[in-house]
Amino acid sequence: MPIQILMPALSPTMTEGKLAKWAKKEGDKVASGDVLCEIETDKATMEVEAVDEGILGRILVPDGTENVAVNSPIALLLAEGEDASALDAAAAPGEAAAPPAAAAAPASTPAPKELPVAAPPPVEEYTGPTAKMTVREALRDAMAEEMRRDQEVILLGEEVAQYQGAYKVSQGLLDEFGDKRVIDTPITEMGFAGLGVGAAMLGMKPIVEFMTFNFAMQAIDQILNSAAKTLYMAGGKLGAPIVFRGPNGAAARVAAQHSQCYASWYAHCPGLKVVAPWSGADAKGLMKSAIRDPNPVIVLENEIMYGQHFEVPTDPEFLIPIGRAKIERPGKDVTITAFSRMVGVALEAAKQLEAEGIDAEVINLRSLRPLDVDAIVTSVKKTNRIVSVEEGWPVAGMGSEIAAMMMEEAFDWLDAPVVRVCGADVPMPYAANLEKLAIPQPETVVQAAKSVCYR
Amino acid sequence: MPAEAAAKGGSEPQTHPEGKPDAEELLKLYREMLLIRRFEEKAGQLYGMGLIAGFCHLYIGQEAVVTGLQACAKDQDSVITTYRDHGHMLAKGMDPKGVMAELTGRIGGYSRGKGGSMHMFSVEKRFFGGHGIVGASVPLGTGLAFAHKYRGDGGLNFCYFGDGAANQGQVYEAFNMASLWKLPIIYVIENNRYAMGTSLQRASATTELYRRGEAFGIPGMPVDGMDVLAVKKAGEEVTAYVREGNGPYVMELNTYRYRGHSMSDPAKYRSKEEVASYRKEHDPIDGLRSYMEQHGIGDEASFKAIDKEIKEIVNEAAEFAQTSPEPDPSELWTDVLIEA
Repeated sequence: MPIQILMPALSPTMTEGKLAKWAKKEGDKVASGDVLCEIETDKATMEVEAVDEGILGRILVPDGTENVAVNSPIALLLAEGEDASALDAAAAPGEAAAPPAAAAAPASTPAPKELPVAAPPPVEEYTGPTAKMTVREALRDAMAEEMRRDQEVILLGEEVAQYQGAYKVSQGLLDEFGDKRVIDTPITEMGFAGLGVGAAMLGMKPIVEFMTFNFAMQAIDQILNSAAKTLYMAGGKLGAPIVFRGPNGAAARVAAQHSQCYASWYAHCPGLKVVAPWSGADAKGLMKSAIRDPNPVIVLENEIMYGQHFEVPTDPEFLIPIGRAKIERPGKDVTITAFSRMVGVALEAAKQLEAEGIDAEVINLRSLRPLDVDAIVTSVKKTNRIVSVEEGWPVAGMGSEIAAMMMEEAFDWLDAPVVRVCGADVPMPYAANLEKLAIPQPETVVQAAKSVCYR
Repeated sequence: MPAEAAAKGGSEPQTHPEGKPDAEELLKLYREMLLIRRFEEKAGQLYGMGLIAGFCHLYIGQEAVVTGLQACAKDQDSVITTYRDHGHMLAKGMDPKGVMAELTGRIGGYSRGKGGSMHMFSVEKRFFGGHGIVGASVPLGTGLAFAHKYRGDGGLNFCYFGDGAANQGQVYEAFNMASLWKLPIIYVIENNRYAMGTSLQRASATTELYRRGEAFGIPGMPVDGMDVLAVKKAGEEVTAYVREGNGPYVMELNTYRYRGHSMSDPAKYRSKEEVASYRKEHDPIDGLRSYMEQHGIGDEASFKAIDKEIKEIVNEAAEFAQTSPEPDPSELWTDVLIEA
């Protein structure tokens, strides 16, 4: 049976083309790799090479034919020893064994798994021993405990070892774990982030510290394209258990390039988990969960919080589940969501609101991806009003997402439109007065809460 | 000049191991190169039929590079490369059926149809992709090397990338750390002379790519990447150097791709004569075959038998790739995160 040579698709979008010119004529010997003909597509003229060997028995589509459909037979190739009489049978119409186009129209996109109807069980209240310490120490203890527990956990980044951390978060780790596991890197974020992901692909569990998340912009390709997408691209066969951590958002008076909140950037991306601790307990429990998680996790810390003191659990098995929010202050009149340093701002606002007779419920989101929508909806069903607070910019921010979720999940429960309190939509200014205006203050939050209460 | 080194390669290998050629080994190299060649031709054909879509970068012409180097590798060694990755997977011993079915986007593919041509992985075979961002796989390979050293597993990483990637900044970030920490890694620059459509001379201020590690104290060598025996010989030297704990090494493999950058590239930026001269005078498969014939290794019948065997493997792979079903719609939502 002669081999049918089919009109090839020469680009991802080609459906038909012009057969410009045959390079071989009937009766010519064809070896694989020989140029058979030239085909014009909408983009270019390309040469088509033979795959099979034989004699070009018959040309079915002559030079210059336009609009030749992809996959229609254009010639017949006789195999070794095959007789020309075989051609007629093969050329018979309707014999073209054109395979179906690659993909039939996909069935309608299936919906993702429904959100669980029943609220997940409440996070168990920790009742074990605690100690008063700074957020900085809580983060250090979390890393130290996990490094004791698992030899595959290492810490790498700029100034993490000998300098003890640019913000002293890794204080003492070099002494305890040595320079094989606590590694000073050159100032090459893209390089060492990629190196960390590569080590994670072989099963190690690196913690990559960015001196601040502003510098992680240099590495964001490695975080998304190499860490976040690999599990999916590998059909579940290879992942990257890695933690990217460091201070995020505005510090104090360091201006635009060092003062940006990246929460919504990372929360946007499937394949990542994103947490943003506020208290010392948050910092410790979320960091430990992040290190134990088999997925890439972004831990957004905050420089201003590093020095603040909290009671912190000391049990080495204390973990905070990723994906669960915490009600920091129960209330009945208005829900205020916040994360990282803004939780403190929201609590301060709640105190001021109390003086004005408004009982605010403050939710510490803790996790931004997955976002604990369930906890927010439950709260809004009670208060019927919600204000979202974040340090980041308003456009496509976390507050935008929360507002959209409330439309979808809590529309009938709202007595007022959702209000977002955000950082000013400008690069961070340096001047003290302008900087203060650019960052949400308790007073801004009070105003917003009153507005949704129509007061 | 490395480009000349390749050009001088001729159709016969200029370099061969000391002593008598090992017939079994030569036939094995021949068979592996032929498998890649025929597999890629079949992939091109399936692309033409609309069964493979999107980007599809064929390795035809470059077979000697990965075949020669993989002949120097040990099981514990890892391999990482960019998007022209089918040949590397076959050389690593991955199943042609699984690779082809990934190209057709079917459930039987290495990534269950979710990765495609540029994204396949096998932890078991220590093949870590398949990466589509030019240059990004170089820090990743350096991280694999870091893990080999940290664990002391005796493995090294073969980190393949092209002459185009060699200009990316992160390559040098990786070189610096690999040299600083003496990581077991071989940076294999597959110089096929064109970064998509831009020739090396038009994109690179210095074209001796094997010298790109010099600023970091990394030694390098140019190799005729069209001569599998030359590649293997160089690979033996370099793997020994790296396994001794001396740190990284840069190899520049001067090679040539016969096809366009991807399936939709008509490759008008180079002359027909240039392509023809590589195909006719420097083809790695023809070259090895004539070398073997000169040394009385293998006869017409044995080459025919290899051809037939390879054809069957490739046809079986193509058949599997067309009969394996598309992924179930539920697969859209799986493998985003590992459920803890």
